[in-house]
Amino acid sequence: MSSPCIAMIDTTFIGAALPVFSADVDAGRLRFFAKAIGQQDPIYRDEAAAQAAGFAGIPVPPTFLFCLEMESPNPAALREMLNIDIGRVLHGEQQFVYHAQAYVGDRLTFTPHIADIYAKKGGALEFVVRETQVTNQHGVRVAALRCVTVVRND
Amino acid sequence: MTAIDYDLLHVGDTLPVLVTAPVSRLDLALYCGASGDHNPIHVDIDFARQAGMDDVFAHGMLSMAFLGRLLTDWVPQHQLRTWSVRFVAITHVGDAITCQGEVAEKFEQDGERRVRLALTTRNQHDDIKLKGEAVIGFPV
Repeated sequence: MSSPCIAMIDTTFIGAALPVFSADVDAGRLRFFAKAIGQQDPIYRDEAAAQAAGFAGIPVPPTFLFCLEMESPNPAALREMLNIDIGRVLHGEQQFVYHAQAYVGDRLTFTPHIADIYAKKGGALEFVVRETQVTNQHGVRVAALRCVTVVRND
Repeated sequence: MTAIDYDLLHVGDTLPVLVTAPVSRLDLALYCGASGDHNPIHVDIDFARQAGMDDVFAHGMLSMAFLGRLLTDWVPQHQLRTWSVRFVAITHVGDAITCQGEVAEKFEQDGERRVRLALTTRNQHDDIKLKGEAVIGFPV
């Protein structure tokens, strides 16, 4: 059995902040997302339908906050900081904790940091945990996201 | 949507199953654009092969979005408190995904009645792809 001869990810980056950024929730983008995931429920496309269902506007669907994290001016910031090859990464785990509903027209602010870095299988797999707090334009806490990325070194 | 009555829920109750059409390359291209996840490994077979994979494969978050549909078909989205998934195995092109949820626990938390759901996605061979759980609140 050969050991992977790849430099391990530098764990001194645990706790490091990633750039804070804001993203606008666009109605057209949410319609495109609804199409891409096969979402037929009209509340995710149509303001009148959303209001009839008791929502203040078209709701941001539950996983779309993860997509908005890609709106960062540099979506590769984490990989560049840790020197990770995009071809070696897999999504390991994803968690959402919801505090308030986000809607079309909101401007959401994302504050990510590196929460943990660890290895398994003698370094053949490495794990990077990114946690992100999301607030809206009124300063209200919307959600917290936790993303575990797996890096294949084998 | 018929409102779910908390008192009538029992541990072991299952949510109406959601089954998708087989995931196509077009689905992956649309999800790439709509999600903003432009990792080429999901849409560019040359890149995927260079990275040691046999083919492109589905974004884990596409399957999580299917599970999101299962949840919001069952209760309005504002009842969703937390949820998490582990991406247990890769979802491949051609996999038809079955999303299932089951009531695992009824409990009270933060002054609210809640249920914990156990969630899975499986392909047409019954292989588990995603495993997770969600907590749903039932405000009085």
